[in-house]
Amino acid sequence: MALAERVETPSPPPANLATRLVDWVRRRSGVKLSLVLGPGAFWLLVFFLIPLGVVLAYSFASRGAYGQVIWRLTLENYTRFFDWLYIRVFLVSVWIALLTTVICLVIGYPFAFVMARVPRRWRNALLVLVMVPFWTNFLVRTYAIMLLLRNEGLINSALRWLGIIEQPVTMLFTTFAVVLGLVYGYLPFMILPLYASIEKFDFTLVEAAQDLGANTWQVFTRVMLPLTMPGVVAGSILVFIPSVGAFVTPDLLGGGKVVMIGNLIQQQFLTVRHWPFGSAVSFVLMAIVLISTMAYFRVGGERRV
Amino acid sequence: MSRTADVELRNVSKVFDNSVVAVDNVSLEIEQGEFFSLLGPSGCGKTTTLRMIAGFEMPTSGEISIEGRPMGETPPFRRNVNTVFQNYALFPHMTVAENVAFGLRMKRIPRDEIARRVREALQLVRLGGFEDRYPRQLSGGQQQRVALARALINRPRVLLLDEPLGALDLKLRKEMQLELKHLQMTVGITFIYVTHDQEEALTMSDRIAVMNAGRVLQVGTPLEIYERPSSRFVADFIGESNFLDGRVVDLNGQRATVVVDDRVPVPARAQDGLAIGEQVTVAIRPEKIRLRSLGTEGADGCVRGRVEEIVYIGTDTYYLVRLTDRCTVRVRVQNSQNRLDSSETIGHGEEVLLSWLPETAMVLKT
Repeated sequence: MALAERVETPSPPPANLATRLVDWVRRRSGVKLSLVLGPGAFWLLVFFLIPLGVVLAYSFASRGAYGQVIWRLTLENYTRFFDWLYIRVFLVSVWIALLTTVICLVIGYPFAFVMARVPRRWRNALLVLVMVPFWTNFLVRTYAIMLLLRNEGLINSALRWLGIIEQPVTMLFTTFAVVLGLVYGYLPFMILPLYASIEKFDFTLVEAAQDLGANTWQVFTRVMLPLTMPGVVAGSILVFIPSVGAFVTPDLLGGGKVVMIGNLIQQQFLTVRHWPFGSAVSFVLMAIVLISTMAYFRVGGERRV
Repeated sequence: MSRTADVELRNVSKVFDNSVVAVDNVSLEIEQGEFFSLLGPSGCGKTTTLRMIAGFEMPTSGEISIEGRPMGETPPFRRNVNTVFQNYALFPHMTVAENVAFGLRMKRIPRDEIARRVREALQLVRLGGFEDRYPRQLSGGQQQRVALARALINRPRVLLLDEPLGALDLKLRKEMQLELKHLQMTVGITFIYVTHDQEEALTMSDRIAVMNAGRVLQVGTPLEIYERPSSRFVADFIGESNFLDGRVVDLNGQRATVVVDDRVPVPARAQDGLAIGEQVTVAIRPEKIRLRSLGTEGADGCVRGRVEEIVYIGTDTYYLVRLTDRCTVRVRVQNSQNRLDSSETIGHGEEVLLSWLPETAMVLKT
């Protein structure tokens, strides 16, 4: 019986080393899995988890007189954060990030809506329009905004030339400038997930709702918004997280007058050379992001769609 | 019972941006409590007509009135009509009860009344106990019934149905046809039903409007549409028809004689305004034709032919009979006998006599 079976199975084709290797991988799902996940996992371990561990360790260490890290374990770095000086930085950061997110949402939703509704050939054009800013370096673009907003900048000159104002309006180095810069920088991260969500939305549901007596506002709040909520949640998270930790934009457009958590961390590491405190603030920032993201998912993401 | 027009279309046309004429000068009067079908092939303008009544599209010209009031540009949510959509368009993020309650919520009706009416509506479509399910947890037929309940709960003047059974399988479709008809009689609401399925239209409708290429070709009861089609398209689209092109040679009261291919005279029902010598088409349905062997001597008005093909389909047998070189006729004979036992069967290649009652053959002007 066993012999007969062996006769019936076709003999494998003459295999070279490569095909035998592929076969071997195919047969062992564990090997396959580790080949697929391996590179990414390795990357995350070496360049994310290990540095994160180092920062965590630093956050419990102390600063020496010359800015070196001394391994005297303490919670002081964390308790120090609860000074009003730093709490204020924290509040300003969250406020600016929230403002940025809401503005991106308000601008991005109609844009994504139009993008999903125009004929297909226009869609790609609009999509490119959203992407175009990425073709230029972020710093260059931020400097360009500075040129626009300066007292002698384009906007002030134009307003003065038109006779609308006499004295230049201070725009640069304000919260306004920072929010403007952040909205400008992160708007695409809002539009793209929104577009993906709205594009999947079945517009006959709009007609169904209208048919049942819903006016335009009701159609939007009762049907369209709940069904595109995954895009709203994803976009908001993608904008909020980088905004709350931003440091280049507040540095350049806030000019040191608007200090966000990112600036605080940067200062602690580079200027003050208090690495343990900088590490602690980094972890506080991580906690903020984690908690607010989870809270947001709880509110918006859990709707069954 | 005095009947009033519930929905009236007067010279309604719809031309889309790309200058496609979807609906071309359509006038219809749909009576209160009527089950009215718009029947036609895809692209004939029936769905556009329905969407104009619902208010999703505005007519390019002409006027639509509902309950005697001209609708003009009235938006859908201010019209006393509700629609059952082809793909049901149930709200996926709402339960069955929430879906059904949607219309009443929009009207700000008190909660306890909504709850009571939702219960009633779901009972009406035999979906009691499904309140807390989500649409994706229901079968096609159940979703269909939710869509019906969601529309009917608003007690609209007119219910518009856009091929509502199109997505169901055949058996379920037949069941739902009878159920829909029954439901319509229970609630007494005017139904305007769009379909491309002639059998569906014949089964359920009080009256049918047959449409093609944006125009209404004929309006009538199922009986009128089937027995007295006014055009070749209607005769062909609804049921089956044989078409015999010929010339009128004799007119005698209700009876006309048409010569096919200059050789074969066939009897038909005369219609007004017919003249001798006129080129016409005679439409005759396969099941109206009697078929006999040549041996049995026939009366006058019989047509001779030769059987070319026999197709047995269970309930009936089809015979393809050649009358002339250019002209064949399909004959449908009900198998009232057991064909295995029957000795008297007509065979392939046999010469036969065809006959029919003259009033069953329509003369159509070409």
